Amino acid sequence: MIITLQHYLVLSVILFAIGAIGVISRRNIFIILMSIELMLASAALAVLSFSRWNLLPDGKALVFFVMAVIAVEAAIGLAIIIVVHRRKKSVLTDDLGLLRG
Amino acid sequence: MLELIYRHISLQALIWAVVFLPLLGAAFNGAISVLTAGKERALYKQWTAFIGCLAPILSFLAVLTLFFTLIGFEAGTPSAITGPLFKWIVSSDFMIDVGLKVDQLSLVMALMVSGVGALIHIYSAGYMWNDEGFARYFAELNLFLFFMLLLVLADNLVLMFVGWEGVGLCSYLLIGYWFDDPAKAKAGTKAFIINRIGDVCFLGAIFLIFGVMKASGADSAVDIFNFETMGRYSGYFLPISTAISLLLFSGAVAKSAQIPLHVWLPDAMAGPTPVSALIHAATMVTAGVYMIVRLNFIFVLSPFALSVIAIVGTATAIYGALLALTENNIKRILAYSTISQLGYMFLAIGIGAFSAAAFHMIIHSFFKALLFLCAGSVIFALGGEEDIRKMGGLKDRMPVTAWTFMIAAIALAGIFPASGFFSKDAILWQAYERGHTLIWVIGFLGAGLSSFYIFRLAGSVFFGEPNSEVEVYKKVSESPISMVVPMMLLATLSALGGLVGVSEIFGGSNHLGLWIGDLIQDEISRAPGNTSQGAHLILTVITMLWSAHFSILGWLIYAQKRDWPDRISRKFSPVYKVLVNKFYVNEIYDLVIIRPVIWFSRNILWKVFDKTLIDGVAVEGSSRVIGVIGLLASAAQSGLLQHYLLYFLIGAVVVVACLAL
Repeated sequence: MIITLQHYLVLSVILFAIGAIGVISRRNIFIILMSIELMLASAALAVLSFSRWNLLPDGKALVFFVMAVIAVEAAIGLAIIIVVHRRKKSVLTDDLGLLRG
Repeated sequence: MLELIYRHISLQALIWAVVFLPLLGAAFNGAISVLTAGKERALYKQWTAFIGCLAPILSFLAVLTLFFTLIGFEAGTPSAITGPLFKWIVSSDFMIDVGLKVDQLSLVMALMVSGVGALIHIYSAGYMWNDEGFARYFAELNLFLFFMLLLVLADNLVLMFVGWEGVGLCSYLLIGYWFDDPAKAKAGTKAFIINRIGDVCFLGAIFLIFGVMKASGADSAVDIFNFETMGRYSGYFLPISTAISLLLFSGAVAKSAQIPLHVWLPDAMAGPTPVSALIHAATMVTAGVYMIVRLNFIFVLSPFALSVIAIVGTATAIYGALLALTENNIKRILAYSTISQLGYMFLAIGIGAFSAAAFHMIIHSFFKALLFLCAGSVIFALGGEEDIRKMGGLKDRMPVTAWTFMIAAIALAGIFPASGFFSKDAILWQAYERGHTLIWVIGFLGAGLSSFYIFRLAGSVFFGEPNSEVEVYKKVSESPISMVVPMMLLATLSALGGLVGVSEIFGGSNHLGLWIGDLIQDEISRAPGNTSQGAHLILTVITMLWSAHFSILGWLIYAQKRDWPDRISRKFSPVYKVLVNKFYVNEIYDLVIIRPVIWFSRNILWKVFDKTLIDGVAVEGSSRVIGVIGLLASAAQSGLLQHYLLYFLIGAVVVVACLAL
């Protein structure tokens, strides 16, 4: 079986959908953060696939930036979650509704 | 003396000084009044009195200098213009300057205004000395003098209107001077509102005049409201002269308290007495007469308007005199007398005798100001008492006041040789000579009534038995010198002022009439009447005997037989009741105008318009709409991260979908 661009894109969409559903349906901020990582990764996968298919190096360069952003985001996101947990003794979004109108 | 002035000051600067010196005084005193609020004011009183009196005196001296300068010119008419100080309104198709003009008429009027004004300022310094708002009083009085002189000396109609409105404002401020008393504050408001009616008419006339002057093709680079320009194009006024004249006259009716807008003047007596003397007797109320004499070239074009003026004036003359008969408040008697005398002036205008009206206006200002100052002196001495039934016998306690009052009363009654004799005679003779016999008869009756009510006043206040309480009467003494001196000067003017216009039959040459004659188209409406000098002499003597007879009668009844008036009033009680109630004019206005207006204001404007529409729909309604939107928006703000992310996702899908399509 030959793995084509379509397979990569389908995988990317599936990963993105899993990530999106995770972000929307879960209440634990950790899981939400992980789901966001997943969405970012799926997007990076799509970019990489196109890059391979086009035989252009731009996409590969872009993915490095995306990976750097993912790393930074994880670091900052975790730090924020730790601070929030220290204050609120909870990491569930239900308990963090400060912006309720 | 004149040489010295000429060397240092130009004629134009002198004319401006006349107007602006009182304004400086007003600014100074206004500043003192504001800066010393809440402090011990006695310290500043000398300064206030000094500056407040100095400004009008200097102003008067400036007018006097102008007078002697201008009559010194042999050739031509004694007039001078300042030219525009600046352009006030510049538009593509018209412009208005700010400029002053001195001619015979405005010179006489300015002499009278600043002269009587200066005397009353000096009098006020004594009269108001113990008042809390001394500086405010002088600020307002000086401001009044500024506006009045602006009105008199303005060289165009719009600037005159500024003065006209300004004196109305000062009148309002000074009537309501003791605004702590709601009745007095209300009297000020009444005067102000009634004057607004006239001002609207005046404004309407200005608009019509603007239309006429545009149509006349006058050069739009010159001030088309300038009296001289208007006079040059006066022929163009002919088609709508009746409308313009009647509108201007309506303005004068309000300002000069003629029927039917006279009701504010008696109430205006709530102000301090010197204010009544200056504003509501001598100067401001004559502004209407002055304005019509100034614009006589429009009025002579409309015989109908002149007839209306004559009828209103005659009716007012007799009406005011009748009301003065039964009034018991010393100042209100004089107020009704003012209304009546102003009626005589309008009567004279109505028959086309403009110079006689101007003559009487000047003379009236002398003796009426004096009558008010004497009344003020009496009120001052009695500690605020204004009811003539509680006075009497005061001539022994305050002889100067009593005898100056008598001189003014003789002048008002028109008894030879006091000034009023000549001016009233001029009006009545003109009425007869021009064939208005009915007007002459009513004027003749009114002259008798005038004599009666003024000597009733004199008899009640100064003669007979004292009716005031014994300890009050014992304490009564002559007023301070600052009040007595102006009274004596005005008494001199009241006695001798008539000499400026002694008519031909007494060997005079009617100086004043001839002097202002070339400004005034007296002759135009003169009907071929009885011009015999013998008839004039006979009528004059009859009128004087008639007036003298009523004077003595009034004096006798009220000084000697004080029980007669009661018996007479009981006998004619229906008539008496109508007179005491002033023909129910105030009540009729209350019923016909004031109550419907209040009802309309309360039920329509307030409850429907303001409460429901403005408050309910506009103000509260808009806030309610915002509130509902806010509620919806705040419901969207759940505070749950998932919701925000969902919105975000939906938004992203929509954006992508839009881009894709």
